[in-house]
Amino acid sequence: MAEKKSLGKEFTKGIIAENPVLRLVLGTCPTLATTTSVESALGMGLAASIVLVCSNIVISALRKVIPDKVRIPAYIVIIASFVTIVQMAVKAFLPSLDEQLGVYLPLIVVNCIILGRAEAFASKNPVLASAIDGLGMGVGFTAALFLMSSVREIFGAGTFLGTNIPVIGNNPMLIFILPPGGFFVFGILMAVVNKMAESKGKQRAELRGCEACPMAQNCSLNKKAECEAKEKPAVKAAAPAEEKKEVAEA
Amino acid sequence: MAKKLTVSASPHVRSNETTTGIMLDVIIALLPALIMSVVYFGLRALTLTLTCVGSSVLFEYIARKVMKRDNTIGDLSAVVTGMILAFNLPASLPLWMGVVGSLIAIVVVKQMFGGIGQNFVNPAMTARIILMVSFPTAMAKWVVPFTNTWRPDAVTAATPMAVLAGAEGGDISLVTDQLPSLPQMLLGCHGGSMGEICSIALICGGIYLLLRKVISPIIPFTFIGTVALCMLLAGKGNLEFVAYELLGGGLILGAFFMATDYSTSPINKKGKIIFGIGCGLITSVIRLFGSLPEGVSFSIILMNILVPHIERMTKSKVFGEVKEKKEKEAAKA
Repeated sequence: MAEKKSLGKEFTKGIIAENPVLRLVLGTCPTLATTTSVESALGMGLAASIVLVCSNIVISALRKVIPDKVRIPAYIVIIASFVTIVQMAVKAFLPSLDEQLGVYLPLIVVNCIILGRAEAFASKNPVLASAIDGLGMGVGFTAALFLMSSVREIFGAGTFLGTNIPVIGNNPMLIFILPPGGFFVFGILMAVVNKMAESKGKQRAELRGCEACPMAQNCSLNKKAECEAKEKPAVKAAAPAEEKKEVAEA
Repeated sequence: MAKKLTVSASPHVRSNETTTGIMLDVIIALLPALIMSVVYFGLRALTLTLTCVGSSVLFEYIARKVMKRDNTIGDLSAVVTGMILAFNLPASLPLWMGVVGSLIAIVVVKQMFGGIGQNFVNPAMTARIILMVSFPTAMAKWVVPFTNTWRPDAVTAATPMAVLAGAEGGDISLVTDQLPSLPQMLLGCHGGSMGEICSIALICGGIYLLLRKVISPIIPFTFIGTVALCMLLAGKGNLEFVAYELLGGGLILGAFFMATDYSTSPINKKGKIIFGIGCGLITSVIRLFGSLPEGVSFSIILMNILVPHIERMTKSKVFGEVKEKKEKEAAKA
């Protein structure tokens, strides 16, 4: 990260400007899968946020110890330990939530948001900033999940947090809690947030280029200057689409 | 110089056809089926159709206004969408569900992608599928003709398609007592969507469109032909089974009025043939092996999505163009 930001900014950027789900398009799988009800979405958001903050702190603290070449396995080990702790805690204290989230709880290990923040932020920044970044991203993730699941649960099941809503509750539109409805709500929310972020003068998220690419060190091209030269003229038009595609593939 | 020489860019030959004119022809072609649906299901059918048409036009107007684009309600395409949507719904459907359908068709499928000519799937068809997935019970309430369709507990019956799904291997003797007779099938005196039941009215409308050259005969005939062939094979040559399969469900409505939609079907003859055969194959596969009794809507939507690829495959040759392969061979020689 070239410029230094205040801690407040590190926190707020995760909510709209760099919202992990709606702007960076990371963690799409848990987003679509767990937003069928507000309850499971909040559970997912909180669980992922806890893991995100803890792993960001530890990775940032160990950033000078972890050898560059094996950093990804090292990050995964750290993340997996926190996920195991969270999973055991949820199993012990909230068994019903554990049942709802099912396989998506252990799958937080491979959640792109957590690994992405570890790579793009925690491995390059001091502990406090990393913790704040993790918290901001976690809040952004949870907020996005909450919004999406509210729309899907209200229209798709006619309930909100399990309580029946009078008019819609009689004839819910099932498609909202099915996958196509999930994609639809996801797309609409993304459009709204992009519009909001753009109206604030931020064209797009700042994550880009070799600096942000997790493969930069092992890149077969490994010609940073060439890469950047290629990217710069195209940044305005082509890069956002390309980046989205790349992230979605990842 | 008495005569002025006009120099202008091509095209020099213009057709007098307008979108409004074509849409008017489609509306005229749909009228017989609308009249028959009113005969069978009473004023309720007319109310539902008018609701769908009215809300479609209203949504089109509002959407264009909100998106700050010129208004296109004058081209009547929203009226056609609303009519076709209503034809795909059961007569007993609550009116507000029809409005939701129009919202999906016009706002989500049509205007969000840029309006008329820009939609990548058929709006009415998509709206029907979304309604079917969203309100499975209301969308499967097939009212029996000539009964009171206003009452919420109207008499319902299985559609011929659902009955036929029970005929293992095309052996209709197993289910003959539940099936209407073939003349009844032709006239449409059986349960089903409002507009799809009366085959004879739809065929008349289709012929009118063919005569007015609004649609080309390739897609409807390859579509229906493929289904007929598949059913002939599945029914081991039982022609009666084939006749039921062709007259039942939304095949005729779909083949003449929905698969031929300009913006969602291929331009070339070759492409049209591929499109029609694809629709027919998917319909047959869903009818014969799927868990749903009817597959016309899904087949049209799936083929709609493939249209850009079909167009690329069947790009017409520029006059004088030589195939690359031959050129290479010629170079070798």
